[in-house]
Amino acid sequence: MALNLKELAKRPVRISGGHRACAGCGFPIVIKMILGATEDPVVVGCATGCMEVTTTVFPYTAWKVPFIHNAFENSAATISGVEAAYQSLKRQGKVDKEIKFVAFGGDGGTYDIGFQSLSGAMERGHNMVYVCYDNGAYMNTGIQRSSATPRGSHTTTTPAGKVRYGKKEYRKDLTTIMAAHGIPYVAQASVSNLVDLARKAEKAFNVDGPAFLNVFSPCRLGWNVPADSARDISKGATDSCFWPLFEVENGVWKVSYKPRNKISMDDWMESQGRFRHLFKPGNEGIREEIQAQVDQQWELLLKRAE
Amino acid sequence: MSVVKQDPRNSTALTGNEAVAQAMRQIEPDVVAAYPITPQTEIVQIFSTYVSDGLVNTEYVPVESEHSAMSATVGSAASGARSMTATSANGLALMWEILYIASGTRLPIVMPVVNRALSGPINIHCDHSDAMGARDSGWIQLFSENAQEAYDNMFQAVRIAEHPDVRLPAMVCLDGFIISHGMENVFTLEDNAIREFIGDYMIERSLLDVEQPMTLGPLDLQDFYFEHKRAEAEAMVRSKKVIQSIAEEYEKLSGRSYGLFEEYKLDDAEIAIVVLGSTAGTARYTIDQLRAQGIKVGMLKLRVFRPFPFEELKQALAHVNVIGVMDRADSFSSIGGPLFSELRAVMYDSETRPLITNYIYGLGGRDINPRLIEQMVRELADVQEAGRLNQYVNYLGVRE
Repeated sequence: MALNLKELAKRPVRISGGHRACAGCGFPIVIKMILGATEDPVVVGCATGCMEVTTTVFPYTAWKVPFIHNAFENSAATISGVEAAYQSLKRQGKVDKEIKFVAFGGDGGTYDIGFQSLSGAMERGHNMVYVCYDNGAYMNTGIQRSSATPRGSHTTTTPAGKVRYGKKEYRKDLTTIMAAHGIPYVAQASVSNLVDLARKAEKAFNVDGPAFLNVFSPCRLGWNVPADSARDISKGATDSCFWPLFEVENGVWKVSYKPRNKISMDDWMESQGRFRHLFKPGNEGIREEIQAQVDQQWELLLKRAE
Repeated sequence: MSVVKQDPRNSTALTGNEAVAQAMRQIEPDVVAAYPITPQTEIVQIFSTYVSDGLVNTEYVPVESEHSAMSATVGSAASGARSMTATSANGLALMWEILYIASGTRLPIVMPVVNRALSGPINIHCDHSDAMGARDSGWIQLFSENAQEAYDNMFQAVRIAEHPDVRLPAMVCLDGFIISHGMENVFTLEDNAIREFIGDYMIERSLLDVEQPMTLGPLDLQDFYFEHKRAEAEAMVRSKKVIQSIAEEYEKLSGRSYGLFEEYKLDDAEIAIVVLGSTAGTARYTIDQLRAQGIKVGMLKLRVFRPFPFEELKQALAHVNVIGVMDRADSFSSIGGPLFSELRAVMYDSETRPLITNYIYGLGGRDINPRLIEQMVRELADVQEAGRLNQYVNYLGVRE
């Protein structure tokens, strides 16, 4: 039976409260949902970033499972080494438990600096789940643009100014790139749809080989939004089809959520300070282009999933 | 290395890379994660054939870069697996960030480094700029004169790195092409003897110990980082004794004796040359020639560069008048190579204060030969005669 909220609520929580993430941050939910999706022991790796620095301030730790942080760009390679040790020691009869392996990284550590490490680990077929919590910029260092930053977004390295409207480029479609690796399971999820997120994590844990999850994870500070808005903004991202929920299981594309009432990008972007400047006179054309690109990507996804 | 008794009939003709790969087969690490780079490539290739033929039970991870090689090795070593990789030059440079994480996390990884010049310009031949670039990374560094020493250093490195008083990663350095691709007679040991010598990999805590979860690599701020680094520095200090006691143990097993350094005709020498790696062989030959002409020259071949055995070096060189330090790497500090800087600092405390000068040589695989070493010794003899140095830094064998 697929996971439901009732079942999830019974699972032990593998991260403790009292960590130092901001109120309203998305990733504590991601950790809770992902690690609750398996009952097997889990070893976690984590890239440098908000998740790591807020949960492991020595001598404290929020992690109730074994955890390793190595560097920024090598969460995938590090967990691939942990998994290799497990395979070796299991073969030699020195470990007998069934253990699952998860690597976490933010979008900077995944789309940008950790991209090669991720691609390599996926191609090598390690039995591991890579989870990107995508908040669309380098939030830990103070909101710099990444290749996951949406077009038009204000960041501290693409500031909206007198002659520039924020980031000029569209975001990289990393989930599709990961699907092109031909690994058994790739999915895009969001903290607004918790059961969908947990079920995708469960599938990711259960496949034989690597799996990749890209999870939409709001940053209240970086997006300039209220602390209680994470769910609503995440829902807006899926309802506008900016962040479609889908999965690619053994090469078969499936859309997990088709909004009954698709909202406009304007409606979604208006709720966030990072896009506020786009609503000044003169930027209408940019907003139209953004809408057109999201629509085109959504149509492309629907075709892939036909 | 000094040899007690060895019958050449019991040796095998091996290149340095073959000898190292053979040692890795005998160590049979639980995990090897590696990436090919000239002149290390053969090690990876040969080891892969051991994996493919079932001669080792190692989990081999063919990573997509040296950065990931060291990253994966950190992950596996933290998971209770004896873990190794191997590299050269730019590969080592690409690992640089994670070298510090490996030592700072106190993981006893062993890594042969087949010494090659760092780019740029790109050059695939021997010098020590790669290993010298990592000299402050908290790794033990053992240098080898030949394939035999590279082979022997491998087993000792495993024991040193894993010793509870040390718990630091270790590099076994061997000169690219000169050792890695040159074929020599190598005395190998029985697999069982090696197994017994190195024993099982034991660390206090493993990531796979899911009953006792630990957090490794935490954010370590102003209130603790310094203490952790202090402990790391202390481990490096303690490693010197461990290196010596493991060498004694290894001598009983192999009949080959190793120390922190080797002295050659140094007892009564007035002029000393200090070298690392394969140049020691050429120097030994040249010293014999010059001794026959009445020049009192000797050699100190440093085996252990990290930890830097400063007390022992100071004593061993106190009686000479002139020291010529041979660096196969420049530091671009404008005051010579790394070995020179450190040795000169050590001799500052010496009551006798020998004159010390630096010879930078052999960069990018530039040949070093007896003629050049003789030229250097004759210049050192002139320094002795004059009783003063003309310059701190000399470049040997370069077109000026």
